[in-house]
Amino acid sequence: MFISVSAAETEGAGAHLAEKIKAGDVLALVGDLGAGKTQFVKGLARGLGSKEAVTSPTFTLLHEYRGGRLPIYHFDFYRIENLTALWAIGFDETVFGDGVSVIEWADRFGDAIPPHARWIRFEIASESQRRIDLSALT
Amino acid sequence: MRFLVIRISSFTRHSSFVICDFLLVTILAIETSCDETAVAILRDRNRESGPDILASEVASQIAAHEKFGGVVPELASRNHLAQLPHLLDRATTSAKIAMNEIDAFAATSGPGLASSLLVGNSTAKGLAIGAGKPFLAINHLEGHLLSPFFGREKIAPNISLIVSGGHTLLVKMRGIGDYEILGRTVDDAAGEVFDKVARLLGLSYPGGPAIEARAKNGNPKKFDLPRSMLNSGDLNFSFSGLKTAVRYLLQKPSVVPKRANAERPRKRKEDAREIPRFTRDDSVVNDLCASFQRAVIDVLREKSIRALRQTNSRTLTLSGGVSCNYTLREDLLAICEKNGIEFLVAEPWLCTDNAAMIAFAALLRLQSGLQSEVTDEIDPNLALA
Repeated sequence: MFISVSAAETEGAGAHLAEKIKAGDVLALVGDLGAGKTQFVKGLARGLGSKEAVTSPTFTLLHEYRGGRLPIYHFDFYRIENLTALWAIGFDETVFGDGVSVIEWADRFGDAIPPHARWIRFEIASESQRRIDLSALT
Repeated sequence: MRFLVIRISSFTRHSSFVICDFLLVTILAIETSCDETAVAILRDRNRESGPDILASEVASQIAAHEKFGGVVPELASRNHLAQLPHLLDRATTSAKIAMNEIDAFAATSGPGLASSLLVGNSTAKGLAIGAGKPFLAINHLEGHLLSPFFGREKIAPNISLIVSGGHTLLVKMRGIGDYEILGRTVDDAAGEVFDKVARLLGLSYPGGPAIEARAKNGNPKKFDLPRSMLNSGDLNFSFSGLKTAVRYLLQKPSVVPKRANAERPRKRKEDAREIPRFTRDDSVVNDLCASFQRAVIDVLREKSIRALRQTNSRTLTLSGGVSCNYTLREDLLAICEKNGIEFLVAEPWLCTDNAAMIAFAALLRLQSGLQSEVTDEIDPNLALA
């Protein structure tokens, strides 16, 4: 658990975690709108060496970032309404694939998240501070 | 009479050329880049009156599941696969056209979900090979980009603002297939932030129309919300901070009185996206909507004008789902009129995701002598330029 005081620091936390990431890892991100989830993924992509632009996949459902040490599959469950839709976008095929999967709003379909996933919780502590729990239990 | 030379050699070893009557070009396009399946058939009549949309069918995932009994497909893109034959039938039936009357087949080849793109692409390629007709791979964003020119005689070089749920881009267009990206969102797309703010305010989905309706009766100057990246010196956008700013406002007792907060209705169903609701005070919600919408439009307008000035362009085009927002249309029209700039915007029905815009982009590409190989692969990250 640590407190990030800026978007840049949240990004830094992602970049730092990237060093320990290996193929097949799954990161399940939880936190409200504006808590820093996408910002964290930006850092993760940078840390893995991808130069691709990281933006929110809320509408596009899945973004892939290549060019780094591992491919990153950036999911967003925010707009997904049911498990059917989740399978339709190929979630199960990707999450057990060769890259690292990062899932925003993972708690919306917690049952679909593989057991080896690492849960990361983002909380808004104040207007400029975010509490990031890098080993949350759910 | 104009003629068009089309190369149809994609799947044979040797190049061959056919001359196609320009007045009768009929294109079938398939769009499967995200979670909606769409098919359109477009026929080019002549340059003066513009092309005719003979059919434009869109099926959302939800409708498909109702139709097919709610079976959970275990494989990716089964939805597209399940509905595409039905949509093709519906499109050809409503267009009163037989598959062998189609002169070219097009499909969105990216950006989008790999498995979904594959379904549309493989189907269009198969139809093209079977019929011995050209295939065109179309960039979804190019579909948006060209949509303001639907029914127009020629494409003028322009600055194009594409604003949708998934994308926010400023593009310099020199001609068909000649694009340069000047700016893009670095976090949330404009349409996405409309939807997310609507949810924060407890408004319905989709958020764009809901916010616009409320904004009509609100004061856009009531709340001072950030115009992110206006002074960034580049043409990029950022809307994530605006969303967060609205969120903070809702937590302020001066904006949403404590008493109202205490009366918030119980959540009906557990939903991680829900935030504590406040008793809906219409004037506060209207003012928030008006102030928020104004902030988004201010940034879109300022960056567009900046792009026009930097490139000495005389035409601005607007496309994508958010361009259905009339306040945005009117705002951009007014600033363009003031500066002697031509402003073009797609008709609302062409703004949201559909296959008609893909068919139209394919038509323009064909007319420019461009087409694709059936061996061309889909690209989930397909770039516009």
